[in-house]
Amino acid sequence: MRAQDEADIVACIPVLRRYARGLTADPDRADDLVQDTLERAWARFSMWHKRGEIRAWLFGIMHNHFVDRLRAQRSRPQDATGDEGLDMPQRATQADRLELRDLERALRRLSPEMREVLVLVGVEELGYREVATVLGVPIGTVMSRLSRGRERLREELQGRAGASPQASRIQLVK
Amino acid sequence: MTMDGMPRESHHGPTGPAPITEADLHAYVDRQLAPDRRAEVEMFLSTRPEDLERVRHWQQQNEAMRGLLDPVLEEPLPLRLPLQWQRPPWSWRGLAASVLLAAASAVLAWSWRGAVDAESVRQASTPAPRALVAAEGGGLTGFAHQAAVAHAVYSPDVRRPVEVGADQEQALVTWLTKRMGTPVHAPKLGPLGYDLIGGRLLPGDQGPVAQFMYGASGGQRLTLYVTHDATVQDTAFQFGRDGSVNVFYWVEGRFGYAISAGADRDELLKVSQEVYRQLKPG
Repeated sequence: MRAQDEADIVACIPVLRRYARGLTADPDRADDLVQDTLERAWARFSMWHKRGEIRAWLFGIMHNHFVDRLRAQRSRPQDATGDEGLDMPQRATQADRLELRDLERALRRLSPEMREVLVLVGVEELGYREVATVLGVPIGTVMSRLSRGRERLREELQGRAGASPQASRIQLVK
Repeated sequence: MTMDGMPRESHHGPTGPAPITEADLHAYVDRQLAPDRRAEVEMFLSTRPEDLERVRHWQQQNEAMRGLLDPVLEEPLPLRLPLQWQRPPWSWRGLAASVLLAAASAVLAWSWRGAVDAESVRQASTPAPRALVAAEGGGLTGFAHQAAVAHAVYSPDVRRPVEVGADQEQALVTWLTKRMGTPVHAPKLGPLGYDLIGGRLLPGDQGPVAQFMYGASGGQRLTLYVTHDATVQDTAFQFGRDGSVNVFYWVEGRFGYAISAGADRDELLKVSQEVYRQLKPG
């Protein structure tokens, strides 16, 4: 493999770690996910054929590993709560930290499928079509997960702040 | 929403602008709209306080998620992550061997530090410090020549001057350290007006060579070339020229360093002394 390709993958690692941490708050589990992804990526590199952006390809591999892990976890219910939020990186002030905690907790309560979409769109700034490709679902599914995920977060976070509940209902826009 | 749930790309039907959908509002938040559609959404929101409030909250969610997750980018990469292609990807033996190798080179590096320490103490007490023995070189040979060539090849590249950018400095340093088999880091030259752009790995005579690239505000570029398999004895700073590229280089232990730039000799000497100071142990 060319040094440039190798460097391209290496350059994606910090971003992969950030995305994994969005999926799984436990840093060790998140790095397990990154490690699996990289091992697969190095082994499968020849299959990539430069059909698209390398970052999206890596996110796709990570998605597959994430789904496998979820499946394994769901068949062992005692582990299902194992990744409840812990140890997020913290460098904020006391007040900010509280808000980040709330957000983190609210994120944990979303379904993993919604979390994937919210983080890919909101943090990794992927286009909606790219997200659909990464997750292997139709774009309509991406949009509905995005919509439900965002509204659920809003309910959770504004609920805490004491906002009126009717304002957080999903409204049909004419 | 449109049929496929996507924000519309063609905005004007026969009856004027297409109606704003929820998908448009999301795409507005995520900056995925064309400018004129964006303007239409803004217009729409200006008369709809409830939707505006919703959109604002979604924007805050994005910002807060980045605030929560961005610190991960600054963390050093854990060593267990595979940073290069490995033959059998799940070979524990291979992993163990590379850990051993890394440990061995770390030990080597430390003992090398010790040796150089003694050397620098000796030098500090001698009247002629290494910095001033710069030989007036003409043509370059060996790694200094390769450094000049690498500088000439990569520094004019506007689009892709480096393989790994300074925004991923941690990844860059971890990667180069693993590939070089010895701790490598990029000196900080900001006070001299040169900011790190990034680095790349190049083939040397016997193994990989690291090249760090720096840029000044005027666009001038400067590269630091570090080889781990210098075959000559320790040398003082030497100066040479290859075409329009000026090079200062020196050897310490098995490490050869070369600083290349279009800048003049005095400027390069200043940078070289700073690099030498920072890479010097202790």
